[in-house]
Amino acid sequence: MTFFLVSSIIKIIVVFTVIMVGVALLTLAERRICAWMQDRLGPNRVGPQGLFQPAADGLKNLLKEETLPAQADKVLFLLAPAMSFVPALLTFAVIPFATPLPTPWGDVDMVVANLPVGFLYILAFGSLGVYGIVLAGWASNNKYSLLGGLRASAQMISYEIAMGMSTVAVLLLAGNVTLSEVVARQAQSIWFVFPLSLAYFIFIVAAFAETNRLPFDLPEAEGELIAGYHTEYSAMKFSMFYIAEYSNMVTASALMTTLFFGGWDIPFTTWDNTPPWTVLKTVATLAAFCLKVSCFLFLYIWVRWTLPRFRYDQLMALGWKVMLPLALGYLTVIATALWILHAVLGWAYDTRFGLALFGLNVLLAIPLFFVLDRGHIVAGSMAGERA
Amino acid sequence: MAIGLKVMKRPGTQVSYLRATLKGMALTFSHLWRPKVTMQYPEEKSSKDWTLSPRWRGTHRMLTDEQGRAKCVACGLCPQICPANCIKLVPGEDEHGNRYPLIYEIDEFRCVFCGYCQEVCPEEAIHVGVHYENAEYSRDRFVYDLERLCAQTHPVSTLWDPSDPKGE
Repeated sequence: MTFFLVSSIIKIIVVFTVIMVGVALLTLAERRICAWMQDRLGPNRVGPQGLFQPAADGLKNLLKEETLPAQADKVLFLLAPAMSFVPALLTFAVIPFATPLPTPWGDVDMVVANLPVGFLYILAFGSLGVYGIVLAGWASNNKYSLLGGLRASAQMISYEIAMGMSTVAVLLLAGNVTLSEVVARQAQSIWFVFPLSLAYFIFIVAAFAETNRLPFDLPEAEGELIAGYHTEYSAMKFSMFYIAEYSNMVTASALMTTLFFGGWDIPFTTWDNTPPWTVLKTVATLAAFCLKVSCFLFLYIWVRWTLPRFRYDQLMALGWKVMLPLALGYLTVIATALWILHAVLGWAYDTRFGLALFGLNVLLAIPLFFVLDRGHIVAGSMAGERA
Repeated sequence: MAIGLKVMKRPGTQVSYLRATLKGMALTFSHLWRPKVTMQYPEEKSSKDWTLSPRWRGTHRMLTDEQGRAKCVACGLCPQICPANCIKLVPGEDEHGNRYPLIYEIDEFRCVFCGYCQEVCPEEAIHVGVHYENAEYSRDRFVYDLERLCAQTHPVSTLWDPSDPKGE
């Protein structure tokens, strides 16, 4: 018991620190990659390659004046940043990020809390984050902030469904909601991105919407809502919304890695996922996990600096008219296919099983992308002229 | 259209942006490795894309003769023509009858950098400079006296001649 407590506390401290440092570096990465994409250099003055820029920004935010609008609801206004900040950090707790670490007192699972209901916990806390945004919009007593908050909640509701549906397919295939089991299942055979490619496509679009990143950053929409829900916030409270947004990105990337890209699994070898556990295995799998997460974080940044923002009705149309039916239909097809493969043909889950499902996905993807591409999905600027 | 208006063909019905998205992402990705256009200012003051124009009219400089005296003969043409009335000139005369400025001050805050003083100067003494880094800690440092004007070392402007617009 003492061992469990001590190891958990150490894990909490380490994971918290790593995420905060990662978030700080992520803000820098975002600014520099954005600059490179625009043929600029980006912040490179503070420290080598601008590495201390996040520290300078943090210091600036601590020293800036805290403003409190006269008509604001003071309690909620102060509570809102914490409400968005805490769930963003809490979600990471159930994500397994390496193989167990052997110590003289026994193996330590490299996950802060190995919850049996890990996946449900993530869905629950992921949606809790929007409370902070809605409360911030409401408490600011500013019409633009309120609009931002309302948009965030509507967006969250619309895309949460598609996201949940797409991940149900993963749970069907894994037969478990514990994330370590999901990873173990993928490590044994083939990553779920192959048998469930379309689920991954739906999940990634929904994850962009859930984290309020472009092209779905309607809640802040500088152009229309002057930064939306955090218009009235300054200094560290404003900064906390930013940290929350970036931690959400990290968590969403970690979730994509865990559910579809084998978590900490190193591909093409079973060396890393068979006992006995060694420190080397822990380090190697941790590196693999970090690499995968950084790829998704880069994808987030890349998409953000490429795409323009959706119009609000386009966002809603995409969520309800495309993502939701797509996810539902896909779930039906996958469940049927699983039943046929399991019960009728009697296959167990292995690489052959995965590849058969991958073939099915390819067959489904061709007509889907044909339909998506041939049009009639997102309303253009002159949609009124439709014949 | 008669006035050469280009009418963009926009999709009239609903469209998907799938291919456009992929194309855009390929474009932004290729830009990651393109040469950057940023000029890192305090270290680099000009690049192959940008240099300060020789016609730039910045803060003044008084040219001096071989003995290090200002070339100015205190004729009074520059304060006369100055549209901003920023030049203060008190003429003096030595025992040989040579005129020289006792006080020659230019208030760079009043100056509109028209360059008329340089154009009108018969001795080619006062010039506007090709120079732009003028920061000071106090406002009164912006009234340049004769000593300071003579001490400037930056290059001077070659004014634009309307009869020779390309500077040939």
